[in-house]
Amino acid sequence: MALVEIRDVHKKFGRTDVLNGVSLDVEEGEIVTIIGRSGSGKSTLLRCINALETVDAGEIHVEGQRVHARMPDLRQFRQRVGIVFQAFNLFSHLKVERNITLAPLLTGRIGKSEARPLALDVLARVGLADKIDAWPEQLSGGQQQRVAIARCLAMAPHLMLFDEVTSALDPELVGEVLKVMEAMARQGMTMILVTHEMGFARNVADRIVFMHRGRVWEEGPPSKLFVRPETPELASFIASVK
Amino acid sequence: MNFLPLWRYRDQLIDGTIVTLELTVIAACFGLLIGTAGAVALKGRVKPTRWLVRGYIELFRNTPSLIQIFIVFFVLPSFGLKLPAFEAAAVALSLYFGAYSIEIIRSGLDSVPKSQIEAGQCLGLSGWQVFFHILLPPALRNAYPAVTSQFVLLLLGTSLASQVAADELFHVAGFIESRTYRSFEVYAIICAVYFAMAMSFKILFAVVGALAFRWPRRR
Repeated sequence: MALVEIRDVHKKFGRTDVLNGVSLDVEEGEIVTIIGRSGSGKSTLLRCINALETVDAGEIHVEGQRVHARMPDLRQFRQRVGIVFQAFNLFSHLKVERNITLAPLLTGRIGKSEARPLALDVLARVGLADKIDAWPEQLSGGQQQRVAIARCLAMAPHLMLFDEVTSALDPELVGEVLKVMEAMARQGMTMILVTHEMGFARNVADRIVFMHRGRVWEEGPPSKLFVRPETPELASFIASVK
Repeated sequence: MNFLPLWRYRDQLIDGTIVTLELTVIAACFGLLIGTAGAVALKGRVKPTRWLVRGYIELFRNTPSLIQIFIVFFVLPSFGLKLPAFEAAAVALSLYFGAYSIEIIRSGLDSVPKSQIEAGQCLGLSGWQVFFHILLPPALRNAYPAVTSQFVLLLLGTSLASQVAADELFHVAGFIESRTYRSFEVYAIICAVYFAMAMSFKILFAVVGALAFRWPRRR
């Protein structure tokens, strides 16, 4: 059984069909990159996977559990599925340590004495252990995004979703975030990423999913998809982002 | 100009000042409770509650607060609720301060980006945990300047309670004036007392604000 199973998912915003029958499986330990033009439904699909959006039709299962906004253990579910956003969304009124330990403490995952060691551990994994006492606003965009990743890692998720996490960053800061994600990939984390970083997608992803008009238009390993796209839509997309 | 005849009324002036401060603090505390509850209700899903809160806000923000005090003091007794002057003024001013606080707190809550709430939800936090730990601190910071200036307006507005003979500072001043006929001296003194109280609160709020909201502002 795949870790994530998406079956014929439909989603409308008003009268606009954003997802138009998406089906996709993601295996445990797999790294799947979703690419596509803006408006193709990539981010919406990601948000549906952790029930930030409800689907109108179709089903999403994660670890065999059906995902929807009214699922009884939604909070426990979200602790297992981390999501990192384009805009970092750190809590600016909390220092880096508290940003990371707030949820583990409030959800009872850890006790007070374990908080700082946990923060140091996950910060070390993103190379920012020395920033544990900083305010988010004192960090660069790249550093903030790495803290946001560390905050997710502190919940020990089984699956990580990344929603265009480098899009808001200055070009020189993109590399440091991608490096952290590469390291996570090597450690076997299951990851679904929406990204415009084609180089990263090509090098790190096990599978590329090209979305178009709210559908999975084409999918396959990067070596095949980037070299021999089967559809003219993917070919023109690849040409446009090169 | 002769301030000496007022010296013998110093105890009354001090008592009046204390009553003014009590009235202000009581109305502010209850007003803030009303403000927080009302702001949460305004953001809630229950339509009739939202209408009710909206109606209350409009009623109290578009009528003179003197009339609000009169209604509580003179009209409510006909419906069986008879309150002494101080209590009546405290109720009316709480409702008045509450109506303004709701809007201030609501705009404070609205100023926190929705993405912050989502980030909290995505970490598996409950609605209340998100509200208290993520939404409230930045909302309070954003609402703080408006709440504190409204507090000073409330302090000055307590002088209206003199009209139902609550023993606050302005009422005491009227009493002393009627005894001494020293209008200038009496009103100069209570003006100075109001000014000193208002400035002291402003300084206090600035210090408290600097201590409570230490995190750097968003760029």
